[in-house]
Amino acid sequence: MEKYLLRNIENPNSADINEYVKAGGYKALAKAMDMKPADIIEQVKKSGLRGRGGAGFPTGMKWAFAAADPKMPKYLLCNADEGEPGTFKDRPLLEKNPHLLIEGMIISGHALRAKYGYIYLRGEYPQAKDILEAAIKQAYEKKFLGDNILGRGVKFDLCVHQGAGAYICGEETALIESLEGRRGQPRIKPPFPVNEGFLAKPTVVNNVETFSNVPYVLEIGPEEYSKIGSSDCPGPKLFSVSGHVKKPGVYELPMGTTLRDIIYTHCGGVTGDKKLKAVIPGGISTPVLPADKLDCPMDFVNMPKHGSMLGSGAVMVFDETVDLPKVCLRAIKFFEHESCGKCTPCREGIGWMRSILGRICGGTGNAGDIDLLLEVSKNVMGKTFCPLGDGAATVVQNFIKNFRNEFEAHINNKVRAER
Amino acid sequence: MLSEKEKNEIETELKQYEHKRAACVEALKIMQHSRGWVSDDGIHDLAGILGMTPDELDGVATFYSLIFRKPVGRHVILICNTISCWVMGYNQVLRSLNERLGIGLGDTSADGRFTLLPVPCLGACDQAPAMMIDNELYGDLTPEKMDEILGKYSWERD
Repeated sequence: MEKYLLRNIENPNSADINEYVKAGGYKALAKAMDMKPADIIEQVKKSGLRGRGGAGFPTGMKWAFAAADPKMPKYLLCNADEGEPGTFKDRPLLEKNPHLLIEGMIISGHALRAKYGYIYLRGEYPQAKDILEAAIKQAYEKKFLGDNILGRGVKFDLCVHQGAGAYICGEETALIESLEGRRGQPRIKPPFPVNEGFLAKPTVVNNVETFSNVPYVLEIGPEEYSKIGSSDCPGPKLFSVSGHVKKPGVYELPMGTTLRDIIYTHCGGVTGDKKLKAVIPGGISTPVLPADKLDCPMDFVNMPKHGSMLGSGAVMVFDETVDLPKVCLRAIKFFEHESCGKCTPCREGIGWMRSILGRICGGTGNAGDIDLLLEVSKNVMGKTFCPLGDGAATVVQNFIKNFRNEFEAHINNKVRAER
Repeated sequence: MLSEKEKNEIETELKQYEHKRAACVEALKIMQHSRGWVSDDGIHDLAGILGMTPDELDGVATFYSLIFRKPVGRHVILICNTISCWVMGYNQVLRSLNERLGIGLGDTSADGRFTLLPVPCLGACDQAPAMMIDNELYGDLTPEKMDEILGKYSWERD
């Protein structure tokens, strides 16, 4: 497949506007300026584009909800807070191809009649901030941003807002709270951001990769776009692969590429040609899969049928030497640290699960601990404002479902593992 | 008291937002950049120009792990402790930092040069294990690489 999202990034000046324009950039914007906002939304709907942040919500539908709300002004927010461990797919877009994101946001802003956009960037990407700000400045100079875009009287302003280290701000309502200058704690839904988001106005929050797909939809048309990859959720997809593979990195592949292809064809197989034991396919919150489940197509529709989720497309590979209960403990420590503390089941439940996992991995686990863990996880699942608690419960349930024997081995043999 | 430089930088940030408080994280970062951390007095001074109460601003400041409400060393080492880094050798890297700096996670070295903090995922999992010192990312870490990396910070002009 020809690259689109990552095209031209080998060019050391790929973040420069002139290089981007030379490679065909900002043509889709010119096209969009000749289109009615409703027609752009229609094209995005027809393309089948789904949000790339993890949930896979149809982008055109989200836009239509916001467009249908009469309240003005409307806001456009880019979620560049990729904090899901294992996920680094947006980094090359932000650092090497910022104009693709900016072009996608200007087109989206026009479609939604939004005049203001913010890129909410994670605090851990300091270089990306400088690169994005330089790129935005260039886009203003070329009249792609500002009060009179390409002389068509359309206005759109864009700026970067950087966070300061909080995973939960990747959740869209927490992101909005943070952008308003509050603690980044999720809001209860409904109302949804498309109706009452930033400053209580209709707000569309999309992921970096989602916006970066928008120019492509307009360039090749929704029919051609929908032929790429899986039929139910088409398009190119970025996969960030890490752990025990020979060539870790970010790969642009058609949606629906199998895990086996990703690991063995594109990433060169398992490091040292060891045996594969397990894979987390879509970031820490997605269910871990055993090595015999590699033939599932990586997309939003098929992964759930195989017992997991596409999530952010962050593939983490574990070879035969990895002690999986310890991986589970690491994951739960992460969720415990990142829980915002608002909901009791999440705040207390995750800490409790960490404590049980800690004694299992520490060689002092009890016979009933596995069932106790499952019991606690059930009391977290579905009982919190936002999906963070569900993520933690999912991790525990699926590690036990697929690798219960390893937990039992720790308990029975009193193996004290290095943590 | 805010310095003129801090005031000017914060004024620039305030212009980007309809509501002053939206600039609060950036204002905290500006102060942290010039002073290393944000003290109680700093919170009071900033709250005034952001139209927030000191408590509200402190609530925000303590929410984010990259805003430091306690003094830190002249350089902050953020070591990623999440899954990919952990399977690729986090423990060895941490141990080597512990030995070389004589400190554990959360501590500052006796010479005040380094503070060592854990961070959940730097988004550099393809270079695991990874760490960031100030704004500089270091990947594919091994204990052997540590002397050279830390050495870069030993000739600083303090």
